[in-house]
Amino acid sequence: MKTDAIIIGGGLMGLSTALHLGLRGVKALVLEKDSPGRHASGVNAGGLRQLNRHIAEIPLTVAAAEIWKNIRNLLDSDCDVELNGQVRVAETEAQLRSLQTRVDELQALGFYHERIIDKNELYRLVPQLINGCVGALYNPADGSARPFHATTAFRRKAISLGTQIKNGVNVRGIEQIQNSWRVETNQGSFSAPYLVNCAGAWANQIAATFNEAVPLTPKAPMLMVTERLPPFLKPVVGAVGHKLSFKQTQNGTVIIGGAHLAHLDLEQQRTEIDFAELKTSAKTVTMLFPHMASVRIVRAWAGIEAFMPDNIPVISPSAKADGVFHAFGFSAHGFQLSPIVGHIMAGLILDGKTDLPIEPFDIRRFQMREEHRE
Amino acid sequence: MSSIFRRLEEPDMQWINIDIEGKTVRVPVGETVAAAILASGLHSCRTTPLSGESRAPFCMMGVCFECLMEIDGIPNRQACQVQVKEGMRIRRQIGTGEEYR
Amino acid sequence: MEHHQLAIIGGGPAGLAAAAVAANAGLECVLIDEQATPGGQIYRAVNTIPKQRATLLGPDYQCGQKLIDQFNKSGASYRPSTTIWNLNSQREIGILHNGQAALLSADRVVIATGAMERPVPFPGWTLPGVMTAGAGQILLKSAGIVPNDGVVMAGSGPLLLLLAWQYMRAGVNIQAILDMAPQNNLWRAMLHLPRALFVHHYILKGLKYQLQLRRAGIPFYKRITDLHAIGNDSLAAIEFSDSKGKQRIETSLLMCHFGVIPDSHLSRCTGCKHHWDPAQLCWRPVTDEWGNSSLDGIAIVGDGSGIGGAVAARHAGRLAGLESVHTLGRMSTNERDEEARADQRWMADDLNIRPFLEALFRPSPTLLGSPKDETLVCRCEEITAGTIRQALHAGHQDTNQIKFFTRCGMGPCQGRQCDNAVSQLVAHELGVEMGITEGYRIRPPIRPLTIEQLATLQGVDEDK
Repeated sequence: MKTDAIIIGGGLMGLSTALHLGLRGVKALVLEKDSPGRHASGVNAGGLRQLNRHIAEIPLTVAAAEIWKNIRNLLDSDCDVELNGQVRVAETEAQLRSLQTRVDELQALGFYHERIIDKNELYRLVPQLINGCVGALYNPADGSARPFHATTAFRRKAISLGTQIKNGVNVRGIEQIQNSWRVETNQGSFSAPYLVNCAGAWANQIAATFNEAVPLTPKAPMLMVTERLPPFLKPVVGAVGHKLSFKQTQNGTVIIGGAHLAHLDLEQQRTEIDFAELKTSAKTVTMLFPHMASVRIVRAWAGIEAFMPDNIPVISPSAKADGVFHAFGFSAHGFQLSPIVGHIMAGLILDGKTDLPIEPFDIRRFQMREEHRE
Repeated sequence: MSSIFRRLEEPDMQWINIDIEGKTVRVPVGETVAAAILASGLHSCRTTPLSGESRAPFCMMGVCFECLMEIDGIPNRQACQVQVKEGMRIRRQIGTGEEYR
Repeated sequence: MEHHQLAIIGGGPAGLAAAAVAANAGLECVLIDEQATPGGQIYRAVNTIPKQRATLLGPDYQCGQKLIDQFNKSGASYRPSTTIWNLNSQREIGILHNGQAALLSADRVVIATGAMERPVPFPGWTLPGVMTAGAGQILLKSAGIVPNDGVVMAGSGPLLLLLAWQYMRAGVNIQAILDMAPQNNLWRAMLHLPRALFVHHYILKGLKYQLQLRRAGIPFYKRITDLHAIGNDSLAAIEFSDSKGKQRIETSLLMCHFGVIPDSHLSRCTGCKHHWDPAQLCWRPVTDEWGNSSLDGIAIVGDGSGIGGAVAARHAGRLAGLESVHTLGRMSTNERDEEARADQRWMADDLNIRPFLEALFRPSPTLLGSPKDETLVCRCEEITAGTIRQALHAGHQDTNQIKFFTRCGMGPCQGRQCDNAVSQLVAHELGVEMGITEGYRIRPPIRPLTIEQLATLQGVDEDK
């Protein structure tokens, strides 16, 4: 079967890339080994966060936020987007000073989306927070969406633009035949001039077929969700001094994360909750939100995600193979970036360039290090 | 409405007093809250947080989670899994719970 | 972390028997049970029950006492009123007792969590006044509480008849018994009759119950379809169809029952292999003749591994006990096999009745696979069959995608009430009836645990 571009991985990045290619009249074939959004894309906390990102990601996150604001224009679905802000709480003056330093740094670069709020505004936004916090970093334009709904919306829109998605496909081999990439799978072979690697926690295995070694570590950050509570919180809350992401959803449940890791068996694609680790998460919650102590946890789970050593993704053409492109390694904060990543990838594939600064995400940053070491 | 359940008459029962919806009710020692409310004539134990429709104990063995009630001020407790205690206060739960923490 | 040689989860016939065998052979063994007294659901409260009530329940119930006596004498330690909220592949067990959560571990774990009633959605099944026959029996056994105003009993399965018989003896007004088994069940069951005759006492008992109920003048309705529970804030009437057409009975209480299925939440939480049993219409763990699962050191026996009834569960429990003694090095293979022989024989004999019962009481495929669009399938999140069908046709073609998309199965019961129904609805819609491959992935904690209970969890390294 022939197609314009083959995308390996039916997560958000793969689907967004397919969608953006579709917008430009290019029909992609997405090869998904399970079902779309099965892992990190579908089961993450759905944070739309520009706040406190790596400096290199800021131009991308700001551009993505513009798309999320009117996501219906792109996806014909609102993905349950709620933009009630995100705050990063400072419990001490020293923490608040570190946040101020960050704000100054960003402003020097021309970014004004993050600002410091004092304790009055903090308690107005987060009334149930324990007494004694001194202020916070705040972005009122941040928020959250429902990840599986977003994945579904990307999928449907991509399909409406001509994308084909095949589920349950295991890639067995990739070879270049003249100017075309041929992918051998358990469901036959597929060929296209372009090949895009959006394989998430398995992306290093795809990259390895082009001799591109990347130091990707698959990990499974845990989340837990509570029973429904009466509404008490609008923004998403993080904290300088704790690993925490805390938010109340529209249906009243509270989703608690903080990048505490589950046990992971990548081979079996199975995660197992580490309750010793999750205990830390629960302690943080009882410390910052004492009213949550008697709330029941309904479920804990973990999604399998690719982490890079510098905690920023790979978004770049292959350094070893013509017509091959990578987008993976979002290190548990890719959800918000997904609409812009598809845009970037379509540009790289069709124009050989993009209007956003992606040098920091070049795959060669690891290869150079590897070669240097040798 | 009359009660849809009754207790069999059995000798040598030990009784305690609990509070169901503001009324003092005599119940046997060792009984579950769900059994006690049904025997006391309460037809439903809660309303759902979504549609607000009434629900009642369904499975009595802890698997259906329909019998969620506010027991001693704490909402969402499975009434079929909690044994009555002298002086216990039991309320129908409205949605996610009114006496909220 | 507290450690045991053998941990047994569940205090019904399988768990009690396993514990007694293992402890008698010198294993250090703990039995953990949710209930306050031993016996499981089948022998619930048997050692605390007033005599008069025990007599009413019949001799089968009373024989549970012997099993409990053997367990009490065995020296196995016992943790009643203890909830299990997790078990992982490394045999770490999450328990909750008196509000204190802890992790403990064991060299071997025997899961004996028994059965639960098969949840079958029908219009109005969420109304107050509709409950399961199992619930009715628990009220009777543990509290001596019976219907006051009259009751209609509907469905299919031995428990329905047994409870009706017990109610009759207690002087309860049974307004009607609605047999919902499809007509051709009887013919299919007849194929299994010769084998079932090896254990004809089960059949005789069933016939006796039926006969006595009929003699008492209780109306029986056969081959019922289209059961509706009707009422505003609580049940007022039921409607259904039979060969005479549409029927209506005014009642304030409907007890329904559609057979029992393994309570598989805990075994599925471990990640061991399960398969869909097309005869029993439920998920069952894959186990060997000793109850060993696909995970090292974890066995599942009794109704929790597939419905076999209390007698078979007792024998299976003893076999799992022997296997534990053997694998922990206190019994040779020969000794184990020697000791096991009688139980294996009795168990095989007893199981002869199952194919007959499964065929006779099998719920109608229409009832299971194609609930009406307006029927609530997920009681917690109030998701209708229609919503699930929409999600299916929008491309979410397995049970977990439907769960993610609709929230079906994400409420407080964690999918216990809708998992089977959704699996079958999906299969029915997609036309893959015999090949149900996936149920909900079960996420811990499988019993409610508060944030504070997790924050004060014992048995983990404090420096983590």
